[in-house]
Amino acid sequence: MKDSYDVLVVGGGPGGAVAAKTAADEGLSVLLIEKRPAIGVPVRCAERIGKDSLTEFIEADPRFISAETSSATLIGPDGTEITLESQADCILNRKVFDRELIWKAAEAGAEIQVHTRAAEPIMEGDKICGAVIEQHGKRSFVRAKVVIAADGIESGFAGQAGINTTVPLDEIETCAQYIVNDINIDETENRFHISFADAPGGYLWVFPKGNRCANIGIGIRGSSSGEGQRARDCLDRFIEKNYPEGKITELIAGAVSVCRPLSETAADGLLIVGDAARLSDPLTGCGIYNAMFSGKLAAQTAVSAVKNGDTSKKALTAYDKAWRESTMGKDLACSYAVKEALLRMNDETLTAVFHSMQNCKIEHISVQNLVRAILKENPQFAKELPPA
Amino acid sequence: MITIRRDVCGYCGACVSVCPRGALELVDAYLSVNDTLCKPQCRLCYTICPLGAILRSEE
Repeated sequence: MKDSYDVLVVGGGPGGAVAAKTAADEGLSVLLIEKRPAIGVPVRCAERIGKDSLTEFIEADPRFISAETSSATLIGPDGTEITLESQADCILNRKVFDRELIWKAAEAGAEIQVHTRAAEPIMEGDKICGAVIEQHGKRSFVRAKVVIAADGIESGFAGQAGINTTVPLDEIETCAQYIVNDINIDETENRFHISFADAPGGYLWVFPKGNRCANIGIGIRGSSSGEGQRARDCLDRFIEKNYPEGKITELIAGAVSVCRPLSETAADGLLIVGDAARLSDPLTGCGIYNAMFSGKLAAQTAVSAVKNGDTSKKALTAYDKAWRESTMGKDLACSYAVKEALLRMNDETLTAVFHSMQNCKIEHISVQNLVRAILKENPQFAKELPPA
Repeated sequence: MITIRRDVCGYCGACVSVCPRGALELVDAYLSVNDTLCKPQCRLCYTICPLGAILRSEE
């Protein structure tokens, strides 16, 4: 490890890995640090990503794709099912996928250090100039022209740099998931159970992971969580009822922010990407694509800034502006509005919506198209739902 | 202030992201609490934990 780099990336998930690769590809000196001793574990993810979204960044490879799905079934509070043909989705094996992305960053020339923690930012006035690094019990100072904070839901680095990253309790989904084996499932179908009685302010998912195996998980609104009503309690009840024969081989805990993105994702010498910037989708909870997309964009901005010798907030704000104006930024705003509308509903209203939708045809499943279809059958929600 | 049941904790970081005082940190897979910053009346981390790994001091 040297004592100075062009770019320091904090966090070795998909956002950090793509950022490191992008910057290294452009000839910058890059250090990526991951606090865990291994990349990709423990998994904190339901592992679903659109195949088109995935292949924007990496060739689809069966080594890290557990299953490919082609339909989505939404199940309402009373069990009403709506099956929609969807674009191909991949359910990843993040343990392999994350390592593959890191390997690509290393191949491009980025230095990777695991079991290495950014204890705190090095600040000169308001400017972030690197980080105090802890590795194998030793502290050292690593300076960088730009730090890319890709440290996930905790978002500790930006927090220490003085940016408020705290997520309000009612704007976070607390999650639990099992890998369940030996169950009857359709390997090509993702299932979403939407019932606030079973998953208060969230939903349950069954995403196939291969032959008779699935990620079965739940996210519930933080403000609905509590003793006896925690994510894992709700999930256990669901499994007991629906997959009692299942054999559980892994427990995964996690959290997804469903708030608006941070109001500022650039500061002097700092860019914040992915979950750390609160860029996970507030409706679906998906965050892998958004992390990779924002990671790439942040690195591109860092490359120009370093080459121009100006890594001030003013120069780096180009990143903030670019992602907000992108399709991802617009989709995030739409998903937030739909999530807010959904949370105002109850199971009775949801059931009515499901009944109204039974014969509807949606050509290409997306949040916008779903909203359009709901509004067609339920014009009374015109004030509730955002214009699609 | 709070007690962490390490045998229950799934080191997911949910508690870290809701703590308004930055009193919690996930160091590797080990949740650490800064007792100076932690405020006893606050129940956010206790509430959010998906597994029930955080106990309040009076428990």
